[in-house]
Amino acid sequence: MSFAKSLRCRECGREYPLEPSHVCEFCFGPLEVVYDYDAMHRNITRETIERGPASIWRYADFLPVDIEYAVDINAGYTPLIRAKNLGERLGLTNLWIKNDCANPTWSFKDRVVTVAATRARQFGFDTLACASTGNLANSVSAHAARAGLRAYVFIPSDLERGKIVGSSVYGATLVAVDGNYDDVNRLCSELADKYRWAFVNINMRPYYAEGSKTLGYEVAEQLGWRAPDHVVAPMASGSLYVKIWKGLQELARLWLIDSVQTKMSGAQARGCSPIVTAHEHGTTNVRPVRPQTIAKSLAIGNPADGYYALKVMEESGGYGVASDDAEIIDGMKLLAESEGIFAETAGGVVIAGLAKLAREGKIRSDELTVAYITGSGLKTQEAIEDALAIPLHIDPTMASFEHALGERARDTAQAGA
Amino acid sequence: MATIRIPMPLRKLTNDAETVSSDAGSLAEAIDGLEATYPGIKERLCDEAGGIRRFVNIYVNGEDVRFLDNINTRLGANDEVSIVPAVAGGA
Repeated sequence: MSFAKSLRCRECGREYPLEPSHVCEFCFGPLEVVYDYDAMHRNITRETIERGPASIWRYADFLPVDIEYAVDINAGYTPLIRAKNLGERLGLTNLWIKNDCANPTWSFKDRVVTVAATRARQFGFDTLACASTGNLANSVSAHAARAGLRAYVFIPSDLERGKIVGSSVYGATLVAVDGNYDDVNRLCSELADKYRWAFVNINMRPYYAEGSKTLGYEVAEQLGWRAPDHVVAPMASGSLYVKIWKGLQELARLWLIDSVQTKMSGAQARGCSPIVTAHEHGTTNVRPVRPQTIAKSLAIGNPADGYYALKVMEESGGYGVASDDAEIIDGMKLLAESEGIFAETAGGVVIAGLAKLAREGKIRSDELTVAYITGSGLKTQEAIEDALAIPLHIDPTMASFEHALGERARDTAQAGA
Repeated sequence: MATIRIPMPLRKLTNDAETVSSDAGSLAEAIDGLEATYPGIKERLCDEAGGIRRFVNIYVNGEDVRFLDNINTRLGANDEVSIVPAVAGGA
């Protein structure tokens, strides 16, 4: 049995039963799951967690679902890697990468969708749906296949090929909408009122969003039950960033780690940085923007959790940081060439932001810093292929190989001169 | 007449009406018109200062009114107004 008790409006505090609903009827504020923390404190120890499976289901007691309904394709418990090479390049001596590319559909979205799909099954829905910038579409399609549910996924029509193929392969009905993500989201909100489907990021949102807390739990456990000194995470709607913080806070509340002194820094693309811009202007009033960036998975101009992200940034003493498209590509290449991790554009945003914060002295060189890489670069190859060296093209002879190698060495020397 | 689409959380107030017609000249007037017919609806949409609440998105013909003239956005005869709660997504 889950320790979830009810839903509560984050704005006005009104409580609601655990139903497929995401909005307060009185003030339109977002609903959030309320837990029985006393009971959790009595039942959860480090040992009960460590005995669990190597997936997010080791934290089942922290999630608003009953495990017998689990729709499980083994999300989570991804590697936390000590990034010595990248750290040396950036002047950081205690840098770690949380590599969430290593999920079943190659992004952190499997964490939220496994929770949303489980809750949808528990509610008795037969159809999963979502509005997505691509990664969510992939994950919803895969989980629906696993659970034997139908899936309708709505995406902006200009998405990268890898994200389109990576949804349709699972048999989902893919709907490409001529518009940006904010348009798709508006349409889906209206559809959710008409169709009795589990829209994971709309009527399932309070449950779905809780899955991201596991990114906080896992990192703390993998560090030997402690919170990092500094976190750098990507921000689109701001939900992931806020939930990492919530995850760390919950561990402290349940005495599973000591107090949380983590500075939470959030990274956006300069071409879509409404949260960072608000932070720079010292306001919590987020002005929506029209996205213009290669980081399509972060291209949300109207961030639903922007207000709460700004509160976390302020409370934790973290920073907002934005990078332009050229810096994002450099960030992707830097991570790949230094640590062997091929991240999508959102990862480039994080690494570019991390580099900037380190350069400006906003991250101290000895701080235990964790950068969250949330999706795989194989899905966004279009963004980077023109910035990479082309293969040496040869005949199957040694002479041809050595000729090509000589030309490449000359080109490299000229480029370096 | 402009058409106003009423989202599910507000339909208890509109006796389950999904759309309401309005001949108002601006969004502000349209909301006042809704309030006259369905008392209580305005405070769901607007804060104490009379602006649109933080978690309420209003669109005219698919365009976010924050890119137009906010609550003073003009309404024409065939305009479609959507009221949509904020939604999560992306990271």
